[in-house]
Parts: sequence; structure tokens; C-alpha cells
Amino acid sequence: MSGALRPDLAIIADRVGAGARVLDVGCGDGVLLGALHDKGCDARGLELDAHNVAECVARGLSVIQGDADADLAFYPDGSFDYAILSQTLQTTKRPDKVLDELLRVGRRAFVSFPNFGHWRVRASLLWNGRMPVTRLLPVAWYETPNIHHLTINDFRAHVEDRGIVVEGAWFLTGDQLTGASAANFRAEHAVFLISR
Amino acid sequence: MHRQKEMRGGCPCAPPLPLTCPVIVTNPHPMATAPLPAASQVLDLPEPLSLDGGQRLENVRVAFETYGALNADRSNAILVCHALTGDQYLASPHPITGKPGWWLRMVGPGKPIDTDRYFVICANVLGSCLGTTGPASTAPDGAPWAMRFPVITIRDMVRGHVALLDALGIARLHAVVGGSMGGMQALSLAANFPDRTDAALVIASTARHSAQNIAFHEVGRQAIMADPKWQDGDYYGHGKGPDKGLAVARMAAHITYLSEEGMHEKFGRNLQDRPDGTPGAKTFGFDADFQVESYLRHQGLSFTDRFDANSYLYITRAMDYFDLAEEHGGRLADAFAASKARFCLVSFDTDWLYPTAESRGIAHALNAAGCRVSFMELSAPFGHDSFLLDVPALDRVVRGFLG
Repeated sequence: MSGALRPDLAIIADRVGAGARVLDVGCGDGVLLGALHDKGCDARGLELDAHNVAECVARGLSVIQGDADADLAFYPDGSFDYAILSQTLQTTKRPDKVLDELLRVGRRAFVSFPNFGHWRVRASLLWNGRMPVTRLLPVAWYETPNIHHLTINDFRAHVEDRGIVVEGAWFLTGDQLTGASAANFRAEHAVFLISR
Repeated sequence: MHRQKEMRGGCPCAPPLPLTCPVIVTNPHPMATAPLPAASQVLDLPEPLSLDGGQRLENVRVAFETYGALNADRSNAILVCHALTGDQYLASPHPITGKPGWWLRMVGPGKPIDTDRYFVICANVLGSCLGTTGPASTAPDGAPWAMRFPVITIRDMVRGHVALLDALGIARLHAVVGGSMGGMQALSLAANFPDRTDAALVIASTARHSAQNIAFHEVGRQAIMADPKWQDGDYYGHGKGPDKGLAVARMAAHITYLSEEGMHEKFGRNLQDRPDGTPGAKTFGFDADFQVESYLRHQGLSFTDRFDANSYLYITRAMDYFDLAEEHGGRLADAFAASKARFCLVSFDTDWLYPTAESRGIAHALNAAGCRVSFMELSAPFGHDSFLLDVPALDRVVRGFLG
């Protein structure tokens, strides 16, 4: 895996070849974009927060301030080899439409999200009857940007319904890769590579 | 003058430049108020300039300033384009007002546009009045052009810039940079001369003038034309020009450069102390009781010392005519079809003259054209003028984008 990157980002960075055209939707301060840029990708970003965009541009990256719900519409079909949506799907207003848009502008898409089916989340609801506050979901219900929680099984069912192909899936607990077995229970976090 | 020496020193292989340099240009014709001496390098264009209006303008002179040194392979040049009432004195004192360069905070050794690394050029635009040919210049018949000067466009200004780059032997800019009308020139250069720049940085600007933009300009033009001293533009050499009209035009425009919040912060409803020290009071008359009135009157009056009223008419017209999509068949993305440049668009949240939606629309068009583009809205309290003022985030973006 790539050195200093967060594990889910390292999974993506390791699988995108040099020279690929990449759009990172919700690129934050450009950590993944920078890594992709350094390995020779044509890497571009879309990011909501102006401060983050300024940081990206200050690092020499091409990033547009905008959001996944509204601004993907302005990219032509098939502009990118990969569209990336890391830890952002659950914050969008219409995740289903965002996925459609990702696979319109990109030939493939990497999508990563925190798994609401993880046992800690289930335990928190079951035993405490409270919305979970965990390492990956650290914000209380009233101020969380995560408005569309989903589980790994929700994602699998959704893409199957839509005829979207899962080309690869990676599951993480802490910073470690875990197996696919009982991932919906055991994994805190998932990364999917999808295409039409 | 020493800058010219630096340029040659930095580039010993350079062929002699066809520049009349150094030179002090003193315009023989009084402007709105006073002759405008301009201590700049000047280039007399060897060829006539073909204009969008259909004319060919002969004997065009371009006045410009340069900072830093051109490197051996001529790859480190940055063209900075100035705004409506700006000039080539980007980072050196203005010859009339004595004020420091208008973008001194951005341009200089170690600054975001670093003159230790880049050869920075700023040329007075076509139609202006600080040494470059404009309505106050002499026409072939020996009299000032005045209103016989052809109506020009932003693209015509850019043609002048490109002719200057040709003369300087600069085939390709590292970047073209501009705020407001300077941003329009940067867009126009990147769109119409796609081989001439590697990057375009466009700040607080637009790809076309809106009805509101045109409306404010029309108020300014009518103020000038309503001044009896305008004399159909033929005021050169006939005593004072239309100072009052030009001052009103500037006052109206100046309001559009500020934010409501910024004005309130700066002036509120504060009353203006009198010159004799009497505390401010409502006089139940029409003196400048309020500080904001006094400020605007001062802005208007001081402007007439350094700007020609006819130039104001011509340049505002050029801005109103600007519509980059229209020039390219109505679709903005098509304007950038041939461009390989990197683009960066910056807007400010308090700028209501060229609001964020304009920059975002340009970014979308550049996306559609497949160009590498960055866009962001920065937060700053100063309205449209934010691009000239202390906005540290802008400094970081400019430095990072220029690389």
C-alpha cells in the first residue's frame, strides 16, 4: 500500500495506473489527488469546502469548488477512467443519482463508505438505543453530515438492482484489510470498484 | 529603465528588441484634467492592429512595465492584465499619483507572483491613457482621435498584448493573470490565442457582461456625456475636460466595487468632520455630511487627475461588448476547445459585480471542454475590490497555481 495515505485511499491509489484520468469527488485537502498526480495521473478534484480547494490549488492540483449532487452534471460523459467518491456517498442528498453520475463521467468508480452494519454500530443501537458515535462516525446525530447511512449489504443490493457491476471490494477494520466473509458485520469500512 | 537592463542581463542571447526604450512619453494633449506623463517602456507596433470593429488601427503604441528577468529559454514570462482604470504600474510607483504599484502586495521579489523567478509584464491596454494608444492619442491627421477613435473590444486589447509578446520574443507565457477586466483579457487570450499561454488565472471576473454590469457602465458614460465640458469628446486642448462627469462615473462605479457590509463597516452613518475641525453634523444642506459621501467625492475627484474621460467611455464599452461565448458560436465551452492551458478561477463571496455564479459557469464550461481547471469562492469582506486587497487565501492560491 502507498505510504502515508489513509488505508482506504491507499487501496484506491494502488489500483489506479499511471496516466489514468481521475476525478476525486469530495477530494478534501487533496491527499489522494496529490498521490495520483505524483504517479502521473491526470487527477482532478471536486470539493465543497473553499479552504480545502484553496489548499489543493496551493499544492498545484486542479480542483473545483462544488458538490457531488449538483456539479457532476457539468462533466461530459466518459471524461474519466475513474471517478472516486471516498467517504462522501453517505453525505449526498441523492446517493443513487450520485452513483449514476459517477458512472456516467467515469468508466469505473471507486466508492468508499463507513459501514452502518458494523457490529459496534448495531450494538450501540441494540444495547443503548442511541444513534452510534464511533471512530468512523464520530459526530452526534444532530450535527453529522452523514444523512444517508448505509450498510455494505445495502450497497450490494442497490448496485445489483441498478445493474451495476462490482469489479472489486475491499473491507477494512481499523487500518487492516479484513476478509469478505461476514463483512457486513465485521468491517467498519468498505471500498468498492464498480462499473456499468 | 534598470528593468530593461535586467531583462537583457537575464537573457544574453536575446536579439535586440524593437523597442523605443527607455523613453518618457508626455502626451501632448491634455486629458480630462491634465497631461499624463508616463515613464514606461514603449513599443510602436510594426503592423496595424486589425480590430473586431473591422478597422485597421495604424501606429499603435503600447506602453508597458516589466519586472524581473526573462530566462534564457524565455519560458518564465507572466503577463498581468490590468482592470478598467488600472495601468501598467503594477509594482512600481504611479508617475502621476506617486502611489505604489496597484498590485505591490502580490508582485515582487518573494511575493506570490515572484519577480525573482518570473519575468512579469504589464501593459497599458489599448484605448487607455497612460502611454498606450487611445482616444487621447494623436490621429494620423495630427489632431487627437477623441471620438473618432474606433470602438475596441477586449479581444482587441489582447491583440495588442500578443503583439507586445511577439516583440519581446515570448512565444508562450508561463501564465496570464488578471482580475476584473484583467480576467476578461486572460480568458480572451487563453481562448483566442491558445498556443500563447500555459496557464490562465482569472480573479473576480466574468465571461460576459450582464445587463446589470452594462447598466452601471451606461450610467457612468451618460454622466460624462452630460457634462457640458465633454464637448462631444473634443475637449483636448480646450481647457478642462469633463471632470465632473468623469468623477460621477467613478463614484457610481466605485460603489459597485465595494460590498454593502464593507461600506457599512467603514462608514456606517458616520458624519464627516469639516476641514476646519468642526465636528460632523447634519447641515440641512447638500454638503458631504456623511463620510461615505465625502469618500466618494474624493474618489471621483482624484480619479480625474489620472484618467481620461474618453478612455473611460471606450474601455467600458469594450467590457460591455465582452461575451466570450458569443465570439465562439454561443457555447462557452467551444471558446476553450483548442486550449491546453491550466485554468484557475477565483471569486469572492461579497463580490456582487461579478458574482461567484459567473466564475462557476466558466469552470463548468472549461470542464465540458476537458480543460484542467480549478475554481473556488474565497471569503473576503471587500466586495469586488477583494482581488486587490489583503486576502491571504488568495496569495496562497496565486503562488500555488503559478507553481
